[in-house]
Amino acid sequence: MSGHSNYQPTTRFGKWLHERLPIMELVQAQGMDFPTPRNLNYWWTFGGILATMLVVQILTGVVLAMHYTPHIDMAFNSVEHIMRDVNYGWLIRYMHANGASMFFIAVYIHIFRGMYYGSYKAPREVLWMIGVVIYLIMMATAFMGYVLPWGQMSFWGAKVITNLFSAIPFVGDYITTWLWGGFSIDNPTLNRFFSLHYLMPFVLAAAVGLHIWALHVPGNNNPTGISVKSAQDTLPFHPYYTMKDLFAIVAFLVFYMAWVFYSPNYLGHAINYEPANPLVTPAHIVPEWYYLPFYAILRAIPDKLGGVIAMFASILILFFLPWLDRSPLRSFKYRPLSRFFFWVFVVVCVILGFAGSGLPDNYFLSHHAAPAEGFHFTYKVVGQLATFWYFFHFLVIVPLVSKIERTEPAPASISEAVLAKAHDHAA
Amino acid sequence: MSTTIEHTDVTRRDFIYIATGVVGAAGTALALWPFINQMNPDASVLALASVELDLAPIAEGQGITIKWRGNPVFVRHRTQAEIDAAKAVKLEELIDPLARNANVPDTDQATDENRVVGGKEKYLVMMGVCTHLGCVPIGNDGDYAALVDNVKTGGWFCPCHGSHYDTAGRIRKGPAPENLPVPVYSYISDTKIKIG
Repeated sequence: MSGHSNYQPTTRFGKWLHERLPIMELVQAQGMDFPTPRNLNYWWTFGGILATMLVVQILTGVVLAMHYTPHIDMAFNSVEHIMRDVNYGWLIRYMHANGASMFFIAVYIHIFRGMYYGSYKAPREVLWMIGVVIYLIMMATAFMGYVLPWGQMSFWGAKVITNLFSAIPFVGDYITTWLWGGFSIDNPTLNRFFSLHYLMPFVLAAAVGLHIWALHVPGNNNPTGISVKSAQDTLPFHPYYTMKDLFAIVAFLVFYMAWVFYSPNYLGHAINYEPANPLVTPAHIVPEWYYLPFYAILRAIPDKLGGVIAMFASILILFFLPWLDRSPLRSFKYRPLSRFFFWVFVVVCVILGFAGSGLPDNYFLSHHAAPAEGFHFTYKVVGQLATFWYFFHFLVIVPLVSKIERTEPAPASISEAVLAKAHDHAA
Repeated sequence: MSTTIEHTDVTRRDFIYIATGVVGAAGTALALWPFINQMNPDASVLALASVELDLAPIAEGQGITIKWRGNPVFVRHRTQAEIDAAKAVKLEELIDPLARNANVPDTDQATDENRVVGGKEKYLVMMGVCTHLGCVPIGNDGDYAALVDNVKTGGWFCPCHGSHYDTAGRIRKGPAPENLPVPVYSYISDTKIKIG
């Protein structure tokens, strides 16, 4: 881990500490001198943005926990107490609620960036797979957090998601009862979700530590996808990328705060300001926007177990992406067909998001019910077509295209690519 | 003596290593159990198990929802049209052919008679929890309600993922795999029931 630095302690205290714990050497080697490809673009700043968002969520979350009461009779009112009474409580809660959405925006960009530039390919498979684990932990954390305000959408979202496990043959009902601590979502459920919601971010932070470790073994991928070949291809992380990341983080915070101050409830659901009622399901329940594509996949399969399997498979398939892509080149910059299908895939994911947002039997993107007979482009049908394409992309297009496509000429090295670009600008 | 032991393939020390490992693994598994089982419903939750209800005030064609074990229970005083509609259904048309009635044997078929208790076919009592993902279905709705003067009566529709139940609470269309379950209940008088 410390091969990139010639750290020499200069002070007496520095020498004393270095002999006992060489932490300053680690910081200098991994956080400052670390050789980083010189051509990283702004899509690479989302790692730093995500780390910032994790810190923001932990800080605001710890503060909210000081004022929140995890009991079914008091949870809803304690959130209103935070909103109305606690000094700056409204700000901290809106930061936390919108922070979750910003976290997911950043992680989706981060994931798509990894796909476009082939960052999942050798030797970064483990780095990619830890990333998928982080994404799964994020989803579980956000889900449990959404239950805590104990509104109608909290309750029914929790009921539907925990019931997914009841689809498991034979032991499904035991698992849901175990998760609930009763026969329905109730006080024991709220209590344990609060406990786990507090725990998970720290598990997440540990996984992020592994993610960064796995990043610092092969080093960063870069827009050309060509491996670093000489010292000329790299720049020290500090100050070049600390500054670039910091600029991007500030820009992202501006975007984030625009939501917090001007539209803090836009990404949520009004009905979650109604206290949970175990006897009445709202007419239209939907998850938060960041789960909608997976919700569409769940609904696309007209079978309970099948839908649940498809939904989990849609995430687990990401673990296999490094081996589904057979191309010798990483970056889609030089893979025209992969590039085309990448953008098709992005569009399909967005369509899946819309497909998960409406009532299954309504016309797609409308509030009007389609007739029961005949073929109509309903939310459900569009969701089914998009679900088909989602899996078709990973299981057929990626393996096939990566084998047959004619790649464009790639530069011999990163510095050659950078110099060629500089030449173009000069001319 | 020690020389003879050293020359055998399996030594006393190997045995001790393996035995220690097995005891350690078994002990860890045992120590894990309380941490898993603490999440299961405790005795106080299990004890909240019965509720009594007077059916007399429920008018014909009216349905009420009561709470039992934290879940909604539908109690419906069915009209003759609803009962006739349920009885007209052939068993082979059903998605789930089993009665799902805790008061009859598990293997009984989902005839209308097997969906009620004590032959009192006017009163349909069942969990108001969709067998798909647990939402509460909406009454007098869905494609399998009885139609009287073009008004839907009986029948349930789950708004979450579009499951349709008929006038006996049997799944007819949509992603739900099973009929709405009938909880354990009995008549303690002519018009009074005890659920649980």
